[in-house]
Amino acid sequence: MGKTITEKVLSKHSETDCHAGDIVVASVDFCMAQDGTSKLMIEELAALGFATPKPLRGAAIVLDHSSPSPSAEVSRIHSVIKDFSAKHAIELHDVGEGVCHQVVPESGRVLPGDLVVGADSHTCTYGALNACSTGMGSADVAAAVHTGKLWFRVPEALKVDISGGFKDRVSAKDLILRLVGDVRADGATYKSLEFSGETLPSINMDGRMTISNMVVEMGAKFGPFPFDAVTSSWYASIGLNPAAGVTADDDASYVRTIDVDASDLVPKVARPDRVDNVCDVSECAGTEIDQVFLGTCTNGRLSDLAAAADILKGRRVKKGLRLIVAPASRSVLMRSIEAGIVSQLLAAGAVFVSPGCGPCVGTHAGVPSDGERVLSTANRNFSGRMGNNNDVEIYLASPETAAASALEGRITDPREV
Amino acid sequence: MADVILRGRAHRFEPNDDINTDYIISGRYKFKIDDMNELAKHVMEDIAPDFASKVESGDIIVAGRNFGCGSSREQAPRALKAAGVSAVLAKSYARIFYRNSFNIGLPVIVCDTDWIVDGEAMLVDLEKGYVMSETSGRQATFSHLPKTMRVLLNDGGLIPHLRKHGGFSFD
Repeated sequence: MGKTITEKVLSKHSETDCHAGDIVVASVDFCMAQDGTSKLMIEELAALGFATPKPLRGAAIVLDHSSPSPSAEVSRIHSVIKDFSAKHAIELHDVGEGVCHQVVPESGRVLPGDLVVGADSHTCTYGALNACSTGMGSADVAAAVHTGKLWFRVPEALKVDISGGFKDRVSAKDLILRLVGDVRADGATYKSLEFSGETLPSINMDGRMTISNMVVEMGAKFGPFPFDAVTSSWYASIGLNPAAGVTADDDASYVRTIDVDASDLVPKVARPDRVDNVCDVSECAGTEIDQVFLGTCTNGRLSDLAAAADILKGRRVKKGLRLIVAPASRSVLMRSIEAGIVSQLLAAGAVFVSPGCGPCVGTHAGVPSDGERVLSTANRNFSGRMGNNNDVEIYLASPETAAASALEGRITDPREV
Repeated sequence: MADVILRGRAHRFEPNDDINTDYIISGRYKFKIDDMNELAKHVMEDIAPDFASKVESGDIIVAGRNFGCGSSREQAPRALKAAGVSAVLAKSYARIFYRNSFNIGLPVIVCDTDWIVDGEAMLVDLEKGYVMSETSGRQATFSHLPKTMRVLLNDGGLIPHLRKHGGFSFD
């Protein structure tokens, strides 16, 4: 019987011939954690008598969720993390380097066909790199860092077959929001979402990361793309030339196939306060907003900033509206400066914050005021997510919709500006 | 050996489905509060502000589908446990929360929960695999926990398991 990408990766790492439903103990290639989850992981590692990381390519901690530190309490946590990392050969990505799920791929520590776990739910992002990668709690990641292994239930796979070309100002975010809306928040629980189809060559690595990033919003464990020319040219751009990764067998078994025609897609919005509360932008167009946030591990990459700048250049955001931009990494920020994108966004009225998670999770800059409405390019819109009690409404959309909405001060179809 | 009989009052919430980890413990406390007993004072506060003051040791959370979706924060099951919660009953769970709960020694059970009324006195028998309302006498069964989960609970969680066996030992 043929195998899915997921079954191949877990078979190789467990040195077994495993299939969906089996429970295996598998070697892990790389582990990561961030400043919000590391303190617990460090305590758990200390309890295990940890020395140095056992995974093949080690472990990293990224200071991104509350970075640079807004308070003495956070600074103390950052100090503990930095001291521990230095003592135990854990790679540290300091404040300002960027969001973990951009910094880790840029570091070249995740390769095609890898098995990766991270103490952050959006670790599934590295599916874009052809890895089986997933978020876990601090104890699981501590166990993997300490032993180099972890137990996994081999997930059943859903195949997402993407055909057709994207229309102008419709992008990867609209595709994944449409999927989340159809599959719902628990529709892929414990599953692996494997992407395929004729459209993949036209979805660049930034777009693939946007898509894999949000598979967890359907409950999925992994979200791998196949290894192809887009993967190898992206690795070439960071100076690596990895061996071909993993592709699914033609006769691999999937629970079901979801067909998506990209040419049918329109800009999508997830309304408060569920990620699967998805509608066409036309259904909520006109809703007045106070803040637009462009950034995050979902949509803070160069392509995202470029798409927003393309709409905002030579224009000004609506008076009274805050447009906050957090580039996904220092490298993204530098490349955006070189491309003239930063000047265009600043001239349009944008406020730049440090590369990192920015206001996404409410532990840093850009916390909205009571009763405000926010349109964000992030992946979650739960009540209180951005640091307030539940009277702030968060809408999720693409960088294109975010830029158009910032111009008008209300939710706006990017094809109409 | 973990307790196999758990007793406590049922707590239900609105919403009943998709109770996410931000609702269980808001991200805004992640950096502010280090002590689980302090964190426990804020558990569920965005959807049930009076829960933390009402919950008593042994109490049981009852929910619908996809309990614990969202963030990977292990503070979610840890704060519930620190607040005194002895078990969660739900129709389904998000996978990270499910693993985290067993990893920190909090049993979470998949069973039908529609029949359970807020405030009822509940009994959960982990070994025999049933849940009963001692108020109404109604009950429901659940499938035996997977062996991996039983081993983790018996050892008091994942870290104690690794300390005890020096590695993974589920056989």
